[in-house]
Amino acid sequence: MLLIDCPYCGPRPEIEFTYGGEAHRARPADPAALSDEEWAGYLYLRRNPKGRHAERWRHAHGCGRFFNALRDTVSDAFLATYRVNETPPPPTIGPEAAA
Amino acid sequence: MIGAFRTPSGGRIDRARPLRFSFDGRVHHGAAGDTLASALLANGVHLVGRSFKYHRRRGILGAAAEEPNALVTVTRDAARSTPNLRATQVELFQGLRADSQNRWPSLDHDASAVANLLAPLLPAGFYYKTFKFPAWAWRRLYEPAIRAAAGLGRAPAHPDPDRYAQRYAHCDVLVVGAGPAGLAAATLAAESGARVILCDEQAEMGGSLLAESAATIDGRPAQGWLAATLAALARHPRVTLLARTTAFGCFAGNMVALDERVTDHLAAPTPGLPRQRLWLVRARQVVVAAGALERPLVFPHNDRPGIMLADAARTYLMRYGVRVGRRAVVATAHDSAYDAALALHAAGVAIAAIADQRPTPGAAAERVRAAGIAVRSGCVVATTGGRQRVAWAGLMPAGGGATEPVPCDTLLICGGWTPSVHLVSQARGALRFAPETQAFVPDRPVPGQHPAGACRGVFGLAAALADGAAAGEAASRATGHGGARPWRGAVSGDTAWTGGGAPGLAPGVGAGRAFVDFQNDVTAKDVQLATREGFRAIEHVKRYTTAGMATDQGKTANLNTLGIAAAALARPMAEVGLTTFRMPYTPVPFGSLAGAARGDLLDPVRRTPLHDRAAALGAVFEDVGQWRRARFFPRSGEDMAAAVARECRAVRTGAGLFDASTLGKIEVAGPDAARFLDRFYASAVAALPTGRCRYAVLCREDGFIMDDGIIARLAADRFHVTTTTGGAARVLAMMEDYLQTEWPELEAWVTSVTEQWAVLAVQGPRARAVLAPLVDGVDLGTFVHMRMAEGRVAGAPARLMRVSFTGETGFEVNVPADFGPAVWDATLAAGQAHGLTPYGTEAMHVLRAEKGYIVVGQDTDGTVTPDDAGLGWTVGRAKADFVGRRSLARAAMAAPGRRQLVGLLTEDGMRTLEEGAQLVADPHEGPPMRVLGHVSSAYHSATLGHPIALALLTDGRARTGERLFVAMPEGAVPVRVTSPVFYDPEGARLHG
Ligand SMILES: [Zn+2]
Repeated sequence: MLLIDCPYCGPRPEIEFTYGGEAHRARPADPAALSDEEWAGYLYLRRNPKGRHAERWRHAHGCGRFFNALRDTVSDAFLATYRVNETPPPPTIGPEAAA
Repeated sequence: MIGAFRTPSGGRIDRARPLRFSFDGRVHHGAAGDTLASALLANGVHLVGRSFKYHRRRGILGAAAEEPNALVTVTRDAARSTPNLRATQVELFQGLRADSQNRWPSLDHDASAVANLLAPLLPAGFYYKTFKFPAWAWRRLYEPAIRAAAGLGRAPAHPDPDRYAQRYAHCDVLVVGAGPAGLAAATLAAESGARVILCDEQAEMGGSLLAESAATIDGRPAQGWLAATLAALARHPRVTLLARTTAFGCFAGNMVALDERVTDHLAAPTPGLPRQRLWLVRARQVVVAAGALERPLVFPHNDRPGIMLADAARTYLMRYGVRVGRRAVVATAHDSAYDAALALHAAGVAIAAIADQRPTPGAAAERVRAAGIAVRSGCVVATTGGRQRVAWAGLMPAGGGATEPVPCDTLLICGGWTPSVHLVSQARGALRFAPETQAFVPDRPVPGQHPAGACRGVFGLAAALADGAAAGEAASRATGHGGARPWRGAVSGDTAWTGGGAPGLAPGVGAGRAFVDFQNDVTAKDVQLATREGFRAIEHVKRYTTAGMATDQGKTANLNTLGIAAAALARPMAEVGLTTFRMPYTPVPFGSLAGAARGDLLDPVRRTPLHDRAAALGAVFEDVGQWRRARFFPRSGEDMAAAVARECRAVRTGAGLFDASTLGKIEVAGPDAARFLDRFYASAVAALPTGRCRYAVLCREDGFIMDDGIIARLAADRFHVTTTTGGAARVLAMMEDYLQTEWPELEAWVTSVTEQWAVLAVQGPRARAVLAPLVDGVDLGTFVHMRMAEGRVAGAPARLMRVSFTGETGFEVNVPADFGPAVWDATLAAGQAHGLTPYGTEAMHVLRAEKGYIVVGQDTDGTVTPDDAGLGWTVGRAKADFVGRRSLARAAMAAPGRRQLVGLLTEDGMRTLEEGAQLVADPHEGPPMRVLGHVSSAYHSATLGHPIALALLTDGRARTGERLFVAMPEGAVPVRVTSPVFYDPEGARLHG
């Protein structure tokens, strides 16, 4: 079971969390100004990378807060977690970069 | 008498404490410290089971977890009967009752043994080939017959009466396996300051040390060192020792699952203790010291009772004081069997011959020859004979030649050692093939995991101790501890192995009836056949032959299967690779995995504050998610249809009382509460005056309906929002999402208050008359539809709303949950004069469908827009933005061809349609028929005297009046498309 480091509560087991999809996708300030294609891109297109992935998690059965995490989709390792208003840590972060 | 084959002294059993037990109804005696297997062997019982497919006689092969043959059922009573236990792991207790499996009527005379004669007809994959024709016969004939014949033990027919516990634990270092490597690792880790859990699957910790006699450690006999080491660990405040505890699974983040057998070994289980306990250990570091398992040799008829792993025989002698026979032949491909031969020889067992398939055996052969035992190098067993038990071994020069039968009652075999890399592989650790030990060993280390000792191919006592110590040191250092004294542990008397043991078929012998997987009855010939039939990947060979797929997961079979497949494919073993290891290492009872989550505790049941009142009135309940809701209130002699019809009539003509407490309720507060709800819901909320309610639809960002409910404004900065019963948690999570991540500048807070309020819906033309005497502080005379006010009802503080889900004059009385029952009682009493009738969810559904009110999730399916559902009027089109607005502006959302909510009336006015049934224009159209939509709600309306239905229909509103057909099980039913509002289309009754 994964151990996820909630930036507000500390490390907690995976079952306390819900997944929230790709991070850093702000809802457009004026959706009406977008073309159908642009809106579809916001609504449906996601990166789905192999490797480092910035994603949203919610500590649903804890503090209830949303936060962001960098996870390696190959190893399933959490490289970092950070608050929604923080910028993602640099790519040098995490055990794999250190190795 | 504790067994005719018992030695007069030696071993770890207590001869002064004899234990009576039965096997297949026959009473024997063993001693405290015995396993069922050692006790049976002490009594000369080798035949313990019939094989799975051919029903061949089988004996005890091993001495531990690897045992494939000796599967027994241990029975305490009718409900406490555990099948498929390995006799080698069942501790003996007074009165133990064990029975063999897979035989009828008895082990000696098994009716199904005819399968052995039919073996040529039952090759690998026979069920794919043999039972193909005719097609109908598989379901009706072949499958039932195969299912009856197959399978091992039987599960008890009664529910499991035992209790199972589960607990989480945390430690710095978890050490799996308390053999020499594990003991050294635990000792060093504990001394350096780490918190340690040490677990071992056996009753006694010590692993190979429990059968060690010659070696000394730190100048003490090995068993003395073991006792002192275990005593020191037991005293240590940072160490938890768990015997009888199998580490069966390793998960992400070093979460290791352990199964502790707490009372299985007791003649009278201690009341209050769980039968087993599941530990979920979150370890910062894991030392895997799981040891290695001895591997059989593969040759024809290698499965007779009396044929046993060589080191298992040594273990039975040294640990349990049991001679497994009187005259043994030893066949080996590895040095370790010589230790067994010497030990048995010293205990008085005649060693007729040692056949070593290697041309030049290791140094061990010289020690054995010095003891007067004949060693034949380059010699294999070509076949064996004997009926109830092996009677002779046919020795043949490796590669071929004349076979010489050598009489014996025991044949000890050793094909080498297989490291137990299960936990390493489960943790996604890579394995590599080590040619020097002919074994797969851990390759690159898994972060946080330290394999040590035999499980990583480090054999021999001194080497294992040193390796374990190094692993314990590394693990504790990784947790920030360190500074233990260096490992000393000087070892003498340890016998070195020079290895050997090529997995596969012994050189020059036949493949027929040469068993590779004893439990699944797979022979070398089956594996060769699979490769000839084109299976080249080892995973496919495994699945086709079923080798390695039995309850033992191929502990003794996998390497030999691989060796035979590799030889047949003429490829190196390293290249063919190993199958994946999966948990559990040994079987774990479902009870242990379920723990307390059984029966009522499997899933929490949510009961409303009014539940007991409904139950007292004889309500029939239904499950709605986790909620238990009153479905209808039958009076004596009424069936559901009659009760629902009466309840509906009461609401339409008088008044009904409904428990609506399951509705989701969210309180939204803060200076920006109105702005937030206005952006969140599709309906306009900002301008809603205080004291008013509004029906509101919530869309997802893709524009489709997600939920609906009532928004009531309590104050400028406070709202009472209801959601559907099933959508409450989803809506709250979505509100949090938008507030926290999209609009963090909004000062609004959302709180679930679903369980804080009991909700009584009073509905019907006489609803006001019912409530009037109870209401305090609200003028019901001016309290028109969609008003809300705070006041008192029957003395309780209340949020009163004038809302209706029935189409009648309606009130919803929200009172704090604890007041609910009293207000229910008062309302029923006040309503008696008006015929106030409690009604359930079934009547509620009929009443709302008569009005065309949708239920989200029943009449919508995630592709329905507000306009599709006839709810376009609820959308605040003037708003600049709300969740879903941009998607609703897409041209496709208004294009023709969308499915829209309509009503359906059957032409005959008799049949109630089935929900989910498909709508078509022409029932005689050939396939593929064009489906125009489906029925989403269908009920019999007592008020109207005929059935009604709601449906989602392509271009539905434009089809009003059309004749279509609904596909029902009995045939196409003609229907007429109507408005979804069947009753009071003007809505006059709402305002009565
Ligand atoms: Zn948290």
